[in-house]
Amino acid sequence: MAKQMHDTPNLDQLEDGPWPSFVTGLKELAKDKDYVVDLLGQLEESYKTRKGYWKGGTVGVFGYGGGVIPRFTELKNEDGTPKFKDAAEFHTLRIMPPAGMHYDTATLRQFCDIWDRHGSGLIAFHGQSGDIMFQGATTENVQKAFDELNEMGFDLGGAGPAVRTSMSCVGAARCEQSCYDEAKTHRAVINTFLDDIHRPSLPYKFKFKFSGCPNDCMNSVQRADMAVIGTWRDNIRTDEALAKTWFAKHGMDELVNDIVARCPTKTFQVKELKKIKTGEHISTVAVSDTHGIEINNQDCVRCMHCINVMTGALAPGQDKGATILVGGKSHLKIGGLMGTVVIPFIKLDTDENLEKLVDFAQRTIDFFAENALEHERTGEMIERIGLANFLDAMELDVDPAMVNSPRMNPYVRTDGWDDEVAKINAKKQAA
Amino acid sequence: MNQAVQAAAPAAKRKPKETGVPDNKKFLHPSLEKNYGNWKYHDRPRPGVLHHVSHSGDQVWSVRAGTQRQMDIYTIRKLCDIADTFAEGRVRFTIRSNIEFIVSDESKVAPLIAELESNGFPVGGTGNSVTMIAHTQGWLHCDIPGTDASGVVKALMDELYDEFRREEMPNRVHLSTSCCEINCGGQADIAIIVQHTKPPVINHDLVANVCERPTVVARCPVAAIRPAMVNGKPSLEIDESKCMCCGACYPPCPPMQINDPENSKLAIWVGGKNSNARGKPTFMKMVASGLPNNAPRWPEVADAVKNIISVYKEDARPWERMADWIDRIGWPRFFEKTGLPFTKYLIDDWRGSRANLNASTHIRF
Repeated sequence: MAKQMHDTPNLDQLEDGPWPSFVTGLKELAKDKDYVVDLLGQLEESYKTRKGYWKGGTVGVFGYGGGVIPRFTELKNEDGTPKFKDAAEFHTLRIMPPAGMHYDTATLRQFCDIWDRHGSGLIAFHGQSGDIMFQGATTENVQKAFDELNEMGFDLGGAGPAVRTSMSCVGAARCEQSCYDEAKTHRAVINTFLDDIHRPSLPYKFKFKFSGCPNDCMNSVQRADMAVIGTWRDNIRTDEALAKTWFAKHGMDELVNDIVARCPTKTFQVKELKKIKTGEHISTVAVSDTHGIEINNQDCVRCMHCINVMTGALAPGQDKGATILVGGKSHLKIGGLMGTVVIPFIKLDTDENLEKLVDFAQRTIDFFAENALEHERTGEMIERIGLANFLDAMELDVDPAMVNSPRMNPYVRTDGWDDEVAKINAKKQAA
Repeated sequence: MNQAVQAAAPAAKRKPKETGVPDNKKFLHPSLEKNYGNWKYHDRPRPGVLHHVSHSGDQVWSVRAGTQRQMDIYTIRKLCDIADTFAEGRVRFTIRSNIEFIVSDESKVAPLIAELESNGFPVGGTGNSVTMIAHTQGWLHCDIPGTDASGVVKALMDELYDEFRREEMPNRVHLSTSCCEINCGGQADIAIIVQHTKPPVINHDLVANVCERPTVVARCPVAAIRPAMVNGKPSLEIDESKCMCCGACYPPCPPMQINDPENSKLAIWVGGKNSNARGKPTFMKMVASGLPNNAPRWPEVADAVKNIISVYKEDARPWERMADWIDRIGWPRFFEKTGLPFTKYLIDDWRGSRANLNASTHIRF
């Protein structure tokens, strides 16, 4: 039995209503743990005053420079002692989950036992960067908890100016849209940078995210310094049986209004069967005895919409790989930036091809470490130096797939034009 | 590290095993491992259930349930009990903190759903539903929070409970909340983000000892901070006519307190979309601000979000995400239909903002 609970009239109101309540969970933990009794006391104070009361500090595990988020209470009595002494230290361990966040129950139960012994008993699945967050341990217990989690085969994630814990979608494990082995690629890249994860020494954070198709379920384009998004080069595949099943259920109105009208390049057409064209770049499939779909894949931007609507009837092609975009980040400091295309297509089907991605990631991080200003994200660095300079340093060929449009102003010195043309022509001839 | 730890572990400290991301193969449901990379299609037999069919003919059903994300070990053990008894011992979590139970036998689906719901875990969050809110730490654990995270999410999901369990939206609705303008919650169809309205209040006694002043000066997006001597102490001062109250100076310099119980407000943003489906990915746009940080249940925020959701539900066509819908009806109609006031603060004046102005006569009357 733990000590008596503090009054928590504000938090109590978060036990009402149908959604699972974290307050009810904390109160369950507080039955046995003075630690959580005082955590609830401090949280209630925040609810009363609408202020936060945690400050950072320096807490870690032996051998690593990051991965623990230290929290010390700032809620003090007049004599400087903590107002809620049992929760005066409330550190979080960030632990990297298996790619795709799959678990067996034995592992989850073991996590619970370890965190019952050494921590608050509160675990978040998962943080916004993708870590399992073991929330709430004293300074003394951080090492003990880590040692046991580490012995289970789990390792600390990133924090601070470091390569961060990554995320990949469910992907090939359970999704028909998967365009590469997301989990394998995730591990191949991230496990190359463990030193940069565990010993923060970059200008600022660097995030990788891995999405298996352009639906980008990992939200990589908006928040990853390097986004690896699956795509394909050949024709959309079709399955007539599934196409006819879909059409029988949904009909012509939905086919026209929900797919034809929503195709961003209007390359998806519905035609009478006898008018449907065939050709090297055309996908066709009958949806009924009279009508069918015709897609000119050269005009298709691989947006996924028609495939999402008619899953299985339409599917990504077989020449699969990924598009690499760099520079995504959120607001601070210069405003939100989307990642932008730097490699329109890369195959990831063999170890050799994976190695090419890992090599590109390594060179990008080296360049970032050398050239970014303190607290500058990759996207901000590229904004400052210009994409062409970044591409040049990465030895990547320029490609019109990298821009929405060519330049709209004359403010560029072009006396190297003939040399550039000669280089492009020489490359073409060598290819 | 405190002295107790140093004393307790003198000579032989355990070296970490630098193993990185674990291989997920041993955690996969056996059918997922067997059919890895060989899935053919999926459908949704009912809200909260995904049914995947492999080219091999194998099938799996995934039952998705909402959680509170910050889970106590009793809740996690309860979910494990359910997974062992009513499912097949393998689970996964989605990016939005839902748990998925994977079974290879359709007859297990209904009893599993019944067991989850009778234990208070709502089944849903698939397809065209309002999803669980991506969120952050807030007052529970963050060192710079303007508000709470789990509490806001709990209060809102209570209100959106039915929409989580149904698939009645035109398309999926992703939500996020963020406790400061760093926006850890991320881009979403509807996002709730703290918006400070007053410059930081500086404790000049502490700045010199706590803050690396050049770093703080460099952190300001509008160069409003400069070093100064205040009351004979080296400190920092702010040009309040330049300051736009973003709070970027607060993390590197906690004596520059930006959070204020009254003046830290909540803003609502709409139309963020990371998918490439149909249009290109979009960033969300601010459509409302000035909402009070009204713990513990934030009723004004909940009303504003519910209002936008209900107008969208009524007005958008099938497959239109929030951004697609607004593209069709236009911003004037969005503000008209939602009843939200369009104020001068919503006209962008940050770098690149001219691209956000209407340089045409395309106007819907």
